[in-house]
Amino acid sequence: MKLILTEPQLAITIKRLAHQVLENNINLDNTVLIGLQPRGIFFSDQLVTEIKKELPSGNVHYGKLDITFYRDDIRKGLHVANHTNIPFSIEGKKVILIDDVLYTGRTIRAALDALLDFGRPEKVELCVLIDRRYSRQFPIQPDYTGKTIDSIISQKVRVYWKEKDGKEEVTILD
Amino acid sequence: MSLSTKHLLGIRDLNKEDISLFLQTAEQFKEVLQRPVKKVPSLRDVTIVNLFFENSTRTRISFELAEKRLSADTINFTASASSVSKGETLLDTVNNILSMKVDMVVMRHSASGAPHFLSKHIPAAIVNAGDGINEHPTQALLDALSIKEKTGKLEGTKIAIIGDIMHSRVAQSNIYLLKKMGAEVTVCGPPTLIPKYISEALGVQVNYNLKETLEWCDVANVLRIQLERQNQVLFSSLREYNLTYGISRKLLDGLHKEIVIMHPGPINRGVELDSDVADSKQSIILQQVENGVAVRMAVLYLLSNPNN
Repeated sequence: MKLILTEPQLAITIKRLAHQVLENNINLDNTVLIGLQPRGIFFSDQLVTEIKKELPSGNVHYGKLDITFYRDDIRKGLHVANHTNIPFSIEGKKVILIDDVLYTGRTIRAALDALLDFGRPEKVELCVLIDRRYSRQFPIQPDYTGKTIDSIISQKVRVYWKEKDGKEEVTILD
Repeated sequence: MSLSTKHLLGIRDLNKEDISLFLQTAEQFKEVLQRPVKKVPSLRDVTIVNLFFENSTRTRISFELAEKRLSADTINFTASASSVSKGETLLDTVNNILSMKVDMVVMRHSASGAPHFLSKHIPAAIVNAGDGINEHPTQALLDALSIKEKTGKLEGTKIAIIGDIMHSRVAQSNIYLLKKMGAEVTVCGPPTLIPKYISEALGVQVNYNLKETLEWCDVANVLRIQLERQNQVLFSSLREYNLTYGISRKLLDGLHKEIVIMHPGPINRGVELDSDVADSKQSIILQQVENGVAVRMAVLYLLSNPNN
């Protein structure tokens, strides 16, 4: 087991990502943020909190998307769906998808399919906390990355969140 | 999480976890039905046959819509326009359809136990869309979802089922489900339309007095008099039934609280339910129909998993 990010490092990384998102989208008027269910939500909740701190008067459009019904391995087991809540239109908007770990890219592939059922966005960007590069199975890359790591397929990357797991850190398990 | 069953033959075979999973998944599909594109690709590799050996409007349309919203391929079969009239057996009919690579069967039949019989002889997953006077599981699930939306929970909620309990598969499925989920159930109707040992067999209370029952309950599920299934005279006339067991505006206004009115349809206006009650804001009859599509999507989605 190897510790990748400690709790304070994780907090600083999320703060940096919030600033990077704002750097490219100065007031978020035409940008919406969408976290991916289930584990991406812990990260996106914190990211959105940081963004709101920087934009106290701004109106941040933040939704949650579940991709279960769009998975390409739907016949490989019973997948229980989580709640989707996108209470605004994404038509013509810039969408930033937010997830905790980018690995094979299959989740993001499904998320793009799901997203298009809500309208036609002007542009879609991807923000991830951890990018496991060299393990992609689809041509997908992040626009905002918390930390890039090199890992082999047999290893597992675990992101722990206080609300869910009682501690906050990122580790690699062999 | 997983289901304890491969088919949905009746609520009787389900456990509490199964029911919760169906309802929870239905809530997610309700959100899907609010999207600009009300369709997901989940079942695009699945072919479903709708076998209706008995008439239906709501259930058939609801299943068909649910299948289309899941991107499944569908075939519709109605007994009157088929070789059943030439003497083909149920099993032969179904096996012929399945040999054309059909994955799931949705069946309504006037014989109680028809889907259970079928499940012993075919490999495909079967969804019971109503069998005789036995069960109508998807109706019970959509009723439960509607009650949950209205009252917030099933546990401890007081539900009255009123009318022709004897011939109603809706009543039986509802009772199984509500009891499993911890609700309190009272059945009410003329003694001739309530099975004699229902209280001992299903753990429900029986009350022959409509006013008392309405005063007790939070939700009243009003059933249709199933004249087509009655082969003897069980009450004197529909007019008299209406006077004793029909729900009128006056009756509801005389209660000490506002209760929720449900009906599985089709309504016989002026018999079990007066028109102004059916169309009032107390009634959630059309929400029930709306929830039907989401519930059936959940059932088909969860049963389509081959690892069940």
